[in-house]
Amino acid sequence: MSAMVGSGGYAKAAPDNGTMMQSAAEHKGCRTAAKTAHAGCGSRTSQGDLPSEIWEKVKKHPCYSEEAHHHYARMHVAVAPACNIQCNYCNRKYDCANESRPGVVSEKLTPEQAVRKVLVVATAIPQMTVLGIAGPGDALANPAKTFKTFELVAKAAPDIKLCLSTNGLALPDHIDTIVRSRIDHVTITINAIDPEIGAKIYPWIFFSHKRYTGIDAARILTDRQLQGLEMLSERGILCKVNSVMIPHINDQHLVEVNKAVKARGAFLHNIMPLISAPEHGTVFGLNGQRGPSAQELKTLQDACEGKMNMMRHCRQCRADAVGLIGEDRSAEFSTDQIMKMGVKYDLATRKAYQDRVEDERAVSVVALQQELTQFAAETSAIKVLVAVATKGAGLINEHFGHAKEFQVYELSTSGAKFIGHRRVDVYCQDGYGEEDRLSTIIRGIHDCHAVFVAKIGGCPKSNLIKAGIEPVDQYAHEFIEKSTIVWFRSYLDKVKSGDVQHEERGDAAIRQGALISAA
Amino acid sequence: MPFKIIASQCTSCSACEPLCPNVAISEKGGSFVIEATKCTECIGHFDEPQCVAACPVDNTCVIDTSLPRYQAPA
Ligand code: SF4
Ligand code: SF4
Ligand code: SF4
Repeated sequence: MSAMVGSGGYAKAAPDNGTMMQSAAEHKGCRTAAKTAHAGCGSRTSQGDLPSEIWEKVKKHPCYSEEAHHHYARMHVAVAPACNIQCNYCNRKYDCANESRPGVVSEKLTPEQAVRKVLVVATAIPQMTVLGIAGPGDALANPAKTFKTFELVAKAAPDIKLCLSTNGLALPDHIDTIVRSRIDHVTITINAIDPEIGAKIYPWIFFSHKRYTGIDAARILTDRQLQGLEMLSERGILCKVNSVMIPHINDQHLVEVNKAVKARGAFLHNIMPLISAPEHGTVFGLNGQRGPSAQELKTLQDACEGKMNMMRHCRQCRADAVGLIGEDRSAEFSTDQIMKMGVKYDLATRKAYQDRVEDERAVSVVALQQELTQFAAETSAIKVLVAVATKGAGLINEHFGHAKEFQVYELSTSGAKFIGHRRVDVYCQDGYGEEDRLSTIIRGIHDCHAVFVAKIGGCPKSNLIKAGIEPVDQYAHEFIEKSTIVWFRSYLDKVKSGDVQHEERGDAAIRQGALISAA
Repeated sequence: MPFKIIASQCTSCSACEPLCPNVAISEKGGSFVIEATKCTECIGHFDEPQCVAACPVDNTCVIDTSLPRYQAPA
């Protein structure tokens, strides 16, 4: 019974599950020229200088390509409930916090139910291109269920890309199976490479029939993670690394993690904010460990970016998420529903639909390039952040009152760079907008100079103006990047002419609520 | 002394199930249960009871002291 010693509460460090961290090391070698939009190549429509075989793998993957995430959908199936480690940001009553957010419970499926669900969703959402297994525990702590699901899906729906998320503890044992299963991408959650720091995040691991605690546990975990990453890179499997940023524990250290994973071939690094509140019942939630602010997160991501591309669009989706990233249609596809819904899986229809999406993407890129040429002669040190309400497709097409999140872009004379998203409470519920929710929204986008929406009511409009955030609705249903750049040009003109005094906007809060129901 | 699982604490994560050397653990009515007659506390197989070591919830896989032989004689 010595085994029970040292397991702290039951906030578990489920490595794989999702809550932890998602540091996606973006593609190496993807440097977009400064004058053409974002530096992060993971996020562009264009191939940039990515090798073709890698571009082919990522261009329709919403998690690996920021640009693709506006157009393509992914789904997760919750077939893997068990976990083999405990994370202090995870409460095992809920899904793993490494890939999903704390406080979310997914409906567990058998591999057979999972395949049925994949086919039903592929029928209903032709732009669904990626199937991931990310818990609710650790995919590789449930190898039989995980690989059975992949095998069945590969047979039934060969055009869907397979992806797997893990805490890495069991990874070196499954490399050959991963290669054989035709898995395209693997995400490993790595929060620390220094066991002293790891020990503050992981109270214990279960490894080769024993429970390890403290530094021993963290050392084994780190070794296995890095070894697994190296083995996958050698075999040409794309690896993204997720890291959860925990202020005062691993925030500084993540720069080291970034270097270490880059050196071992990680393709994308995704640094996610710790989401922590007492009601999650996690160790960190209960001991008051806070998550980072929007600015702290951005500063760290920027610090890592020169060295490696950073993923900034991760939504910490739930283990049974369905749909475009940022939306969640999982409720439409409950087990009861999928048994009733029809399956008309048809490769040709899906391909035709996806070709149309590709055309749309190309149009939006051309529009942006034209706008950017206007900047060719101009340089200014001014950078501003703006928030955008969108439902996808790269358009400003959501009402302020219906937005579940805002996408944030950094505008400069180099272009519009996507830097993240801010989840908010929907302002308009049952037709009413509420003061309380409005002030949370304002706190969430407080670092932005303007918010771009398809439509906005009079009351939130005047409150936003009072808070110093300009509501912009004249670009409804137009391309995000092009429109924000047009707005930015006129902003710069006003600064030049002295009509407007440019001021820094300060920081914003990352929403920490329970997030149980919303996507 | 066989182990038992306290059903109200079990998250049904299934982590313990495949680890039991005696195949004593199975799912029943939404939570996992140990068949007392099969459990050997892992003695002879492993140094630690596997269900205890893997379970994410402390004090969920515990010695079952309710069996008659652990009761003080009346
Ligand atoms: S965005 Fe969602 S689907 Fe993509 S890595 Fe993050 S959690 Fe997974
Ligand atoms: S103690 Fe060992 S033998 Fe008994 S139920 Fe647990 S795993 Fe099985
Ligand atoms: S490991 Fe613990 S929580 Fe998970 S099924 Fe077994 S008894 Fe239940």
